[in-house]
Amino acid sequence: MTAKFKSPKWWVYHVLVGGFALLMLYPVIWLVMSSFKPSDTIFTTAKSLIPDTWIFSNFSDGWNGIGGNSFGIFIKNTAVLVVVTLIGQVISSAFIAFGFARLQFKGKALWFGIMMVTLMLPHDVLMVPQYIIFAKLGWLNSIKPLAIPAYFGHPFFIFLLVQFIRTIPRELDEAAIIDGCNTFKIFTRIILPLIKPALATAAIFSFYWTWDSLLGPVLYLNSPSKYTVSMALNMFLSNETVSNWGAMFAMSVVSLIPVFIIFFIFQKHVVEGISTSGLKG
Amino acid sequence: MSLHAVKEEIRTDITIRPVNKRKRLIRENLVGYAFISPFIIGFLAFTLIPIIASLYLSFTDYNLFASPTWIGLENYIKMFTADPRYWQSLKVTLIYVFAGVPLRLAFALLIAMLLNTASKAVGLYRTLFYLPSLIGGSVAVAIMWRNVFGDLGIVNILLDFLGIPVVKWFGNPSAALWMLIFLSIWQFGSSMLIFLAGLKGIPKSYYEAASVDGANGFHQFFKITLPMLSPVILFNTVMQTIAAFMTFVPAFIISKGTGGPLDGTLLYSLYLFMQGFEFFNMGYASAMAWVMLVIVGILTAIIFSTSKFWVHYESEGGR
Repeated sequence: MTAKFKSPKWWVYHVLVGGFALLMLYPVIWLVMSSFKPSDTIFTTAKSLIPDTWIFSNFSDGWNGIGGNSFGIFIKNTAVLVVVTLIGQVISSAFIAFGFARLQFKGKALWFGIMMVTLMLPHDVLMVPQYIIFAKLGWLNSIKPLAIPAYFGHPFFIFLLVQFIRTIPRELDEAAIIDGCNTFKIFTRIILPLIKPALATAAIFSFYWTWDSLLGPVLYLNSPSKYTVSMALNMFLSNETVSNWGAMFAMSVVSLIPVFIIFFIFQKHVVEGISTSGLKG
Repeated sequence: MSLHAVKEEIRTDITIRPVNKRKRLIRENLVGYAFISPFIIGFLAFTLIPIIASLYLSFTDYNLFASPTWIGLENYIKMFTADPRYWQSLKVTLIYVFAGVPLRLAFALLIAMLLNTASKAVGLYRTLFYLPSLIGGSVAVAIMWRNVFGDLGIVNILLDFLGIPVVKWFGNPSAALWMLIFLSIWQFGSSMLIFLAGLKGIPKSYYEAASVDGANGFHQFFKITLPMLSPVILFNTVMQTIAAFMTFVPAFIISKGTGGPLDGTLLYSLYLFMQGFEFFNMGYASAMAWVMLVIVGILTAIIFSTSKFWVHYESEGGR
């Protein structure tokens, strides 16, 4: 056992790397700590991390929300949007990925190429025309423009799942065909159970992206009772002249909690998803 | 089986097969298209038709309420000759992209190399360095950044502590832009994870052979690490350049939707959003979007076309 005494090199490495990690995360820690300080002392005591006295009123203030809507409503709105989007993106992407990875049909290479191009397409090009289309359809001020497109596959997830399905031996499909399975059954009985880890990765990222999104909700949701968490935080910021920083910080912290929880539960999936497919830029 | 029966079977086989084969082919195609049909429908409805519509709108004057009127190239002419804010937003965005993306990738690579050791703590460090990337796109973090860089924020406290003159981050347009760039660099975690996976894939024997040959760490980095990672670096550079070009949330939140101070944080997406949805110049915003598409296309093409000089693929080179 040599664990007791480490070489100087070991110490230098860990002090440097660990110290740098702490420095990176300091702003986040500061945000969390500040949410327990009275609003008027957040900046006067910014030097000291730990609050002199811990107060929790920022959280109750923030939770009361803005414009008569409690923060709980914003969380509920976001959760609904996340669930509806996530289900759509994951199921439709799995379907499409199976088609690309396993089936033979004319024009497959062309469609796959188009899919890869949409992966790199700057979405700003679609912002104005999509808005006009959704306005003509009468979908404004509802989650339809945000949720319905999710049911037509997400190029990142399709790509991720195609890569994953390709690693599954084709012998399994062939054996299933001999057992009398049709293509749909091969998909549901053989492939789907085997790609669960990749589906989980897609679901996690779908959650992150929808939970964080701001531009879409800002464009399509107008009445505060339909606002998402991101929009509510933006509203706090617009009212910043009131200088209720404490409440704004507290709700910022609340908005990050689900992200952290999901991350710590599914850390392995997240790390593998990024490492293998370059998800999230 | 009698000879006659065999002949009979061969005959029926010959006559039936072509029909069956064609039927099977049609069936295969139908099933294939059935599975990818959501993508095709979605692509047509939410991507292709909107893009074409946007090209048409870029030649019109359109405010969503009256019908579009054709004005030819007027939007484009105005953009390039009579709209200083447009040039400002383009300038700011190019600085943001060309400073932010390389610095972020360099940082990611540096930390990935530091973490590419057998130490038990690597898992923990990896998580800690990834966290900013995880939460970085959120409004909460943009609000945090805004306050961290405030006049009384902890960045200025640190600068003061180090004896460096404090900066009024919101008082000057280029300082405000750098605040955004720092936020982008801060989120190097996901690239770091990709690089780390790439580094783990480089056979240790390469380094051992190199050090036997007397190559120092510097040489090993340029002759082994960089070439081996180059495909991953290419992929990251392309995707992050595109993403950086479309950055919206931090600029929107940190400047409270104004792009200020003095249009210092007026990123392209933010200006496009303002033109389209605050001033309702939908035709002008469409023209802006198309110019962006062309710029991003050109940048991507440049990156790919230079890649043959610096990207090394295992299957071509070496062995």
